[in-house]
Amino acid sequence: MPQEHRLILKHGDQPGYTPDLDCYVRHGGYEALKKVMALAPRDLGEGKTQSPKEFIRDDVKLSGLRGRGGAGFSAGLKWSFVDRKSGKPIYLICNADESEPGTFKDRQIIHKDPHQLIEGMIISCWANDVKLAYIYIRGEMPQGAKLLNQALAEARAKNLLGKNILGTGYDLEIYVHRGAGAYICGEETGLIESLEGKRAYPRIKPPYFPAVLGLYMCPTIVNNVETLCHVKHIVVMGGAEYAKLGTPNNTGTRIVSLSGDVKRPGYYEIEVGKATLGELINDPAFGGGLKDGRKLKAIIPGGSSSKVLKAGEVFKLNRKGADGQMAKVDVPLLDLPYDFDSLQQAGTMSGSSAIIVIDDSRDIVECLANLAEFYAHESCGQCTPCREGSLWMSKALHRMTHGEGRKEDADYLLHIAQNIQGRTICAFGEACAWPVLSFVKKFKEDFESKGAADEERRVKGKDLATRSQH
Amino acid sequence: MSFNVPTQLEAELDELISHYPERRSASLMLLHAMQEHFGWISKDAIEWIARKLDLKPINIFELVTFYPMFRQEPAGKYQIKVCRTLSCALGGSKGLFKHFCDKLGLDAHKHGLQTTKDGRFSIEFVECLASCGTAPVMMVNEDFYEGVSNQKADQIVEGCE
Ligand SMILES: Cc1cc2nc3c(=O)[nH]c(=O)nc-3n(C[C@H](O)[C@H](O)[C@H](O)COP(=O)(O)O)c2cc1C
Ligand code: SF4
Ligand code: FES
Repeated sequence: MPQEHRLILKHGDQPGYTPDLDCYVRHGGYEALKKVMALAPRDLGEGKTQSPKEFIRDDVKLSGLRGRGGAGFSAGLKWSFVDRKSGKPIYLICNADESEPGTFKDRQIIHKDPHQLIEGMIISCWANDVKLAYIYIRGEMPQGAKLLNQALAEARAKNLLGKNILGTGYDLEIYVHRGAGAYICGEETGLIESLEGKRAYPRIKPPYFPAVLGLYMCPTIVNNVETLCHVKHIVVMGGAEYAKLGTPNNTGTRIVSLSGDVKRPGYYEIEVGKATLGELINDPAFGGGLKDGRKLKAIIPGGSSSKVLKAGEVFKLNRKGADGQMAKVDVPLLDLPYDFDSLQQAGTMSGSSAIIVIDDSRDIVECLANLAEFYAHESCGQCTPCREGSLWMSKALHRMTHGEGRKEDADYLLHIAQNIQGRTICAFGEACAWPVLSFVKKFKEDFESKGAADEERRVKGKDLATRSQH
Repeated sequence: MSFNVPTQLEAELDELISHYPERRSASLMLLHAMQEHFGWISKDAIEWIARKLDLKPINIFELVTFYPMFRQEPAGKYQIKVCRTLSCALGGSKGLFKHFCDKLGLDAHKHGLQTTKDGRFSIEFVECLASCGTAPVMMVNEDFYEGVSNQKADQIVEGCE
């Protein structure tokens, strides 16, 4: 029986659990911070030692933790890219922009257990010699921003932040910075520009990798809310022990946001890869199945930017056989383990771990039109293919959902999307192209028949009009 | 000069500016604080912020036009924001939006922010509010509402004295 494994959400939903510092401390809060700060240098033999900070950075690498924001990049590796020799200050930014449609996991942490995030941040900052850090929270979460500010004030009052933290000589300040309604602020370089007080125009990589040229052109770590919370648990458990959670190369737990056409939408924390898409959607412990009398049509598996999966699809996945050899195995859609690698092999991604379920009562063209409108609204406008293309796609889909479709619209949409991906400054280009490419390719008959029906109706209408003139 | 920033507000703004090694970084936070205080961002407010941060007015103006949350005109006393994006659309947000518009005498097909004649309510569609599991969701000013049925919508409107 698949079930939740609550690590990050262990306390948040317990009756009587409150977001204040006292409650957090009563539940063992800030013990991990005290533990790391008391670590002694490790003797590596042959006269070599390892500093406690290096040890924690190594342990995060060992844990296998992958970023929970979208790209799933190794957190330990990202930290190892930070330029520590430049002599410039190192900054850390917590990405709390949570704006990928379908995603509502960081909201739970921020509103129910903000100190967990703050403890994770302080440890991460300490391990990386960061003295100034920001939480970039989306503008539409004013209550979340207030809660975080309160929590930070409590931490300051207890000398968990500020000067000479817990008498260790380490200084750190964390401030909350609010966005103002632009999705592109979730992209890390757009976020940095926004934090510098500018329009959130993403920067081109190379050369502007945050680890080298980030905030104020200084080395900067950008990590998602959930990623930073995991750091605390890695410290508590030890990296090797943490890595036993989940599956190889897909370690730890992950909060899945489940929405759309299921009986029990909600957030579920699982060991990565220990539940399948089918279990997440149908098991009574999770989504509880589709609404009565409905059948599955499609699954958006990792936030609105991930490629859609069609009911009945079968994927070829690399699996280790009984003989220990890797072999390609057929895996039906609902048997896909919900992890980074399986979804990638299925041609999509687990992204922000947000699953949107679409049943057979829905018009697939309408669904894509809804998403296309989102992307047309949110393109920052720097790159022509993205700015124009996202708008053209949305306009075509608007036509198609208002009785003005054409049979060629399906190919027209594919043509535009193909000319966006790979030709833009940031990954928003792919984010807006992928839904269109996947929806139209996989449901081509839906798109073409809708367009054809519209055309036929128009021709008939014209015939009637000419006849009535005679 | 009619534009006046109260001393207490200015002290708050100074505190915000102190959070950043470079003053310009504070511009979004200052815009939020100004909009909360005055209800919208006027030309005077833009010029005031620019002076405060040693910037040109265009540096602030271009933020007001880029970030959807900032307004260049007053909105209603109660600002209703209904989520438009996919999960909420599947959960009935279009019907909810229309219900509000019908109730308030506004046009459900009009794009962008609309305000009732008496200035009490404004309404707009916004993009995903990060609570898709409890669709449809909405906000009224800083308050957040989940799983909003038409009946709940009526109660919300009635709750706005
Ligand atoms: C268009 C776009 C939007 C994004 N939105 C978010 C977001 O809302 N929250 C987030 O944590 N990461 C978002 N990301 C990913 C960030 O760029 C970045 O990879 C992430 O914050 C790194 O943190 P992690 O390694 O801990 O996942 C977005 C990326 C793109 C391209
Ligand atoms: S791809 Fe789109 S969102 Fe990204 S920088 Fe270019 S125009 Fe802006
Ligand atoms: S789609 Fe409405 S909150 Fe996400």
